[in-house]
Amino acid sequence: MSSERPAVVVTGISGNLGRTLAKLLHRTERVIGIDRRPFLGRPKDIEHVQVDLRKRKAEEVFKSTPVGAIIHLGIMHDPRMSAEDHHSFNVLGTTRVLECAAKFGVKKVVLLSSANVYGPSPDNSSFLAEDAPLMGASRFPSVRDLVEVDMLGTSFFWRQSKTETVVLRPVHIVGPTIKNAPSNYLRLARPWMLAGFDPMIQLIHMEDAARAMVEALRPGRKGVYNVVGPGEVPLSTVFRELGQRPRFVPHMLARPVLSALFRYRVAEFPPEELDHIQFLCMVDGSRWATETGWAPGFSMRDTIRAVHDS
Amino acid sequence: MVDRDLERSLNDMRPRNEYGVDPFGYDPDYALSAMAPLVWLYKHYFRVEAKGLEQVPAGRVLLIANHSGQIPLDGAMIGVSLLVDAKPPRAIRSMVDKWVPSLPFISTVFARMGQVVGTQENCRRLLESDEAILVFPEGVKAITKPFRERYRLQRFGLGFMRLALETRSPIVPVSVVGAEEQAPALVDVKPVAKALGFPAFPLTPWGLPLPLPTKYHLTFGAPLVFEGRADDDDSELEKRVAVVKQTLETMLDAGLRERKGVFF
Repeated sequence: MSSERPAVVVTGISGNLGRTLAKLLHRTERVIGIDRRPFLGRPKDIEHVQVDLRKRKAEEVFKSTPVGAIIHLGIMHDPRMSAEDHHSFNVLGTTRVLECAAKFGVKKVVLLSSANVYGPSPDNSSFLAEDAPLMGASRFPSVRDLVEVDMLGTSFFWRQSKTETVVLRPVHIVGPTIKNAPSNYLRLARPWMLAGFDPMIQLIHMEDAARAMVEALRPGRKGVYNVVGPGEVPLSTVFRELGQRPRFVPHMLARPVLSALFRYRVAEFPPEELDHIQFLCMVDGSRWATETGWAPGFSMRDTIRAVHDS
Repeated sequence: MVDRDLERSLNDMRPRNEYGVDPFGYDPDYALSAMAPLVWLYKHYFRVEAKGLEQVPAGRVLLIANHSGQIPLDGAMIGVSLLVDAKPPRAIRSMVDKWVPSLPFISTVFARMGQVVGTQENCRRLLESDEAILVFPEGVKAITKPFRERYRLQRFGLGFMRLALETRSPIVPVSVVGAEEQAPALVDVKPVAKALGFPAFPLTPWGLPLPLPTKYHLTFGAPLVFEGRADDDDSELEKRVAVVKQTLETMLDAGLRERKGVFF
């Protein structure tokens, strides 16, 4: 190791959000990436360890050099993957990362969760605060592991007082290279909307999400925070801004049809995702904003437009 | 039909973003056009007479009203009266039942007009930003009650009192006379309601609960201010709720005595 300056370990660095974060971080910090995928276009000063988080070899990173902080992005959501693999990668992976943090006395852990852990529902308050119950899996069982990962983070926060743990729950992250469900949906040429439903939604630009993670590294920051972008708009407004014409589908028809399309691999979205375009799942980000002085760098318009490749 | 003043007041009342909506989804432009038929109903169909509007204090306030008429036009008329007859005009928010967000079209129209789902959290947030909130503490069971139980107040929930104490909001009782007779329900066809996912499925003599042109009388009472702990026992809160219910009952009785007929 060239330097004994404590490193920042970023898991899942090879993803599009990971790379955005790495670019932001490597100018000021020594960054070590851990990902089972290769890191394409890696800046020279970033060290990359290509290994599955669940493997013992991942621990070697912590043995060989002092680590000051971990930013854990190595969480995936792929509706096509088997529930077992999914669960193992996310839950076991996160457990391993937290074990390493405890064992090697890492001072800071930042875990990227998501506002989706609360789950869309007709009963939701317009703005859910951090203490709202995590109901994401009640109507969408396959996101159970994402809720579990969040809970691993919060219980680590309570258990390990020597580590400053920050669990971030950002709203839908969008960006030209981001391939998550909301970005993919918003990029569709003729997206479905449920006839008569136009819920308010919140988006955050991927670079703002990355900035929030860097902000979370600041000494003293710890706790669970919702992170919101520049505000909230009706779903229809997003499509109007993007110039896409949605197809309106009656909600009673949409579920069985999408369910069949998903099964036969015509559609990429499982039917449970329809809840997101039918009901509210918005969060109150005021705690993060007041405690850190956070403000998004991108306006609403620019955030919406960032969905498309520039 | 809708005047300039109304347009101006709707526009200035709440902060909106670059897309013209507030964080809850209220859209003044939309509200204005959606309001036009309601203003017509207010002026020409139900010929609403509103008394005591000057009693509604500025700043945060909970409006507590009796609920009736099978379709929630009583809420709409209270909203319109505060917009067209109050000086200065005031846009209120009403707390809607939790099944509203699962209704197509209605959920969107309601949201753009400033209605929000009646959770404690939403109500608290709005009161803290000094809004006027309309609550029907009897809930859905009152609006769907059969005709023989007209003007009989149902059990009041305690949630509004907890919020009033917590946010130190005055309570203004509002009595609605006339809405009970607009669509007298003979029976509630429960199996149909269940099949459709509705809280009730009332049948009037002419089938669907289409409202008759009854005359509405709205009375806004003097503000009631309560002291006490928001996290007190239910029994303590019930005492205060009983005061509100009693006041509203007295206002309803007076309103019924004073009116000359159902349609005039």
